[in-house]
Amino acid sequence: MSQDTETEARPAPEKIDRVVIRFAGDSGDGMQLAGTQFTASSAMFGNDLATLPNFPSEIRAPAGTIAGVSSFQVHIADWDILTPGDNPDCLIAMNPAALKANIDECEPGALIIANSDAFDERNLAKAGYDSNPIEDGSLRSYHVLTAPMEELTKEALVGTGVKGRAVLRSKNFFALGLMSWMYSRPLDSIVDWIDTKFGDSPVGAANKAALSAGWNYGNTMEEFHHTFEVAPAALPKGEYTNVTGNVAMAWGLIAGARAANLPLFLGSYPITPATSILEELAKQKHFGVKTFQAEDEIAGVGTAVGAAFAGSLAVTTTSGPGLALKSETISLAFMLELPLIVIDVQRAGPSTGMPTKVEQSDLLFAMYGRHGEAPVPVLAVATPADAFSTMMEAARIATKYMTPVIVLSDGYIANSSEPWMIPDVASLPSFPVEFAGKFNSEDEFLPYKRDPVTLARPWAIPGTPGLEHRIGGLEKQDLTGAVSYDGENHQIMTDLRAAKIEAIRNDMPPITVHGDKDSKILVLGWGSTFGAIRAGVLAARQSGRSVAHAQIRHLNPLPPDLREVIEGREVILVPELNSGQFSRILRAEYLVETVPFTKVKGEPFKSGEIEAKLSEICREINS
Amino acid sequence: MTIDVKQYTRADFQTPQEVRWCPGCGDYTILASVQNFLAEMGVAREKHVFVSGIGCSSRFPYYVDTYGIHGIHGRAPAIASGVAAANPELTVWVITGDGDALSIGGNHLIHALRRNVNLKILLFNNQIYGLTKGQYSPTSEQGKRTKTSPMGSIDYPFNPVTLALGAEATFVARTLDMDRKHTEEILRAAADHRGSAFIEIYQNCNVFNDKAFQELTGRETRDENRIYLREGEPIVFGPNDEYGVQLGEFGARVVEVAKVGLDAIQVHNSKTPCPGVPFALSRLSHGPHGPTPLGIFRDVPRPVYEDLMVGQIEDAQAKKGTGDLADLLRSAGTWTVE
Repeated sequence: MSQDTETEARPAPEKIDRVVIRFAGDSGDGMQLAGTQFTASSAMFGNDLATLPNFPSEIRAPAGTIAGVSSFQVHIADWDILTPGDNPDCLIAMNPAALKANIDECEPGALIIANSDAFDERNLAKAGYDSNPIEDGSLRSYHVLTAPMEELTKEALVGTGVKGRAVLRSKNFFALGLMSWMYSRPLDSIVDWIDTKFGDSPVGAANKAALSAGWNYGNTMEEFHHTFEVAPAALPKGEYTNVTGNVAMAWGLIAGARAANLPLFLGSYPITPATSILEELAKQKHFGVKTFQAEDEIAGVGTAVGAAFAGSLAVTTTSGPGLALKSETISLAFMLELPLIVIDVQRAGPSTGMPTKVEQSDLLFAMYGRHGEAPVPVLAVATPADAFSTMMEAARIATKYMTPVIVLSDGYIANSSEPWMIPDVASLPSFPVEFAGKFNSEDEFLPYKRDPVTLARPWAIPGTPGLEHRIGGLEKQDLTGAVSYDGENHQIMTDLRAAKIEAIRNDMPPITVHGDKDSKILVLGWGSTFGAIRAGVLAARQSGRSVAHAQIRHLNPLPPDLREVIEGREVILVPELNSGQFSRILRAEYLVETVPFTKVKGEPFKSGEIEAKLSEICREINS
Repeated sequence: MTIDVKQYTRADFQTPQEVRWCPGCGDYTILASVQNFLAEMGVAREKHVFVSGIGCSSRFPYYVDTYGIHGIHGRAPAIASGVAAANPELTVWVITGDGDALSIGGNHLIHALRRNVNLKILLFNNQIYGLTKGQYSPTSEQGKRTKTSPMGSIDYPFNPVTLALGAEATFVARTLDMDRKHTEEILRAAADHRGSAFIEIYQNCNVFNDKAFQELTGRETRDENRIYLREGEPIVFGPNDEYGVQLGEFGARVVEVAKVGLDAIQVHNSKTPCPGVPFALSRLSHGPHGPTPLGIFRDVPRPVYEDLMVGQIEDAQAKKGTGDLADLLRSAGTWTVE
């Protein structure tokens, strides 16, 4: 693409080490796309980055209203960052509602770029403005730039073949071009993406024209004289890609099945924010992946149980309400002692709650939400890239111990992205499954005769001659698996099933404690709070405070060294996006006092919130 | 398929598990018919998987010496669909009852049928909840007095054959527990059909709903009420074949052959692509009362779910090669930090 280089020499871009940019507009304005493409181009440029998409659950909420605002925040830096940033340094507001919904999070001095065409009387009224904020001086404490993005897009699209209202659909590319110019991003990866997605179609030409027009507008207009540059980050040497949590999860499942030497089967029902795992795996049929879009959540997990019996690495994906529906079948899988991976991409509940917003409030449900005595391993995903290795760990535990495993992710991890150093495939863990092939006692096959170390029962799959056997939800006689209503036997079987899960405690890596390992203050987190906690702890330590941090992946059973890690601390701060569920578990397991630090506002923690809480705690301790 | 398979006897399909149905239960007869058929079927024992839900009939897998899962209430078609999709080489049976299949599991049943998963679904219809000791079921007749309907049931019942045809099942049949020869014929046809096969088996619960099928089984009435559907033959019945079934704008109706002539009688063709014809036949009776068709209502080909699933995998592999993980991890673009 040609960029206008004829204009007079401009000042060199100002070098900055990091910036947080938020694209905000109506849900039909294509802000997620603009943000994603800006991110991809930054990734290719070599920045470290983290993203935070935020959108309403309605596909098209009433246009121009606050309810309909969709945003995408990206934090890019030339150093190793951990969060998508607390407050935007630059806000792109495509309409008044987008400005109103986001301006409170912008610190004074932030750059606001507004699409002036959308600031008309009607849109101002819809957003609840009495007067136009970009003219009335109310944004005095910010640096405001405006561009008539709709008019300029219309002009740029003359001759592309796209006409009428369809023209306005390209205005997100105008904004993207303008931001690419302002932050010195190369356009190549965006142009490649447009070519791949739209080919030679008029829409492709229109989007490229708008992108170019945005860039050139920035380059030409005097008021946009100031540009920035964020240099590539000094990340460890290696080959990187940019992944979202759900994609990394899907890839981790493929890697897990490969490591277990099993075919992969996903039985699932679409539910926000888990659906894109199903979508990603449906694209990977050449890996032999079977995706079964079932009639409901129960059938999703039901087909997975059937596939597990038949010898697949079986998976079901869902979010909170679906986990509730699957509960009975997870108990069945636990009783059958078949491997099964259950992924819960948590969202704000209860009930339908706020389906596109993040929360960690299914922890206790994942831990205890089954009938009867049915403990299952629970793992948590800490970052988008971490989803890959967590899925491999889930596959390892499920197949080695013949048990369902619940993996907790959430809507933040699902949709946000970060650079990931691509692992060497040859060095990934390998744990090939050996199916039972012959009798395991003198003259018969005993489906519930256990491995003496793991207590796992043998996995004999249909099609294996001589090992025909029946399993079911009824209590089974130890060893033979025959139906048994004997109380003594039920006690033995209940204890054995629990002991099997407990045995996993001694089969996990030690906890890594970061920061001041012996500090009086320990921050203990799980799941997606990782980035905010780590960044908050770093900031606290930079201002001279002594703090330790550990993020727990294995939530059931808890790591054997956790007792040692928490012992002797004066304060155990437990930040989580619920009302204190992990605190409850810690108190019950270890009889320790914790300081719950919780919120349920549909958004991740900000690192500043963690840092402020730590400051408060330090003041209290020292006073 | 029959070549390398050993000659089985019924005993090869019996398990040491003690059979625990009530004495005189129709389930014993069905178990014997199925075990007999399995011995003759010519499929290796290890290739069979019996999947069931919850209920009296759902204990069935414990008594058949093949692979089996006794699952949870209503979910057998889902679990079985997973087995079949994961390994299309298996012969997968679903054993279910009227409560299991039509009440709690109604959703899974219709979806398995519409997908045409290669499942052989045997619905033991006794028109009552047996395992919970006698409450009305979704096939109990209106007005039935049970423990939960002391003044008579106000629920309008399902006709399971009508329901299966409405879901466009590709194979739909009905038989009677005590007619073992007919049951085995139907099982053979179901086994030969690739795709979902739905068989309603009228099964007497002698404890909680005895003689529910009396009109079809009683010595005095059975010849007047059993309409056997025989492929390629006019649908006639009665002690002397004096009655027949006629199809028209009115649907299906019973007529006297002598009055309309044999040419006016419907010739049975289960291969008719239109589900309307078997649907009309299924409406001759809403329950086992009065003249009721038995036999194969519908047996038509349609692509099978798991074959389509495997076909897509093969197509994808032909186009892209078998998946390479290292390539996948690079598929969203990469950059290198030196």
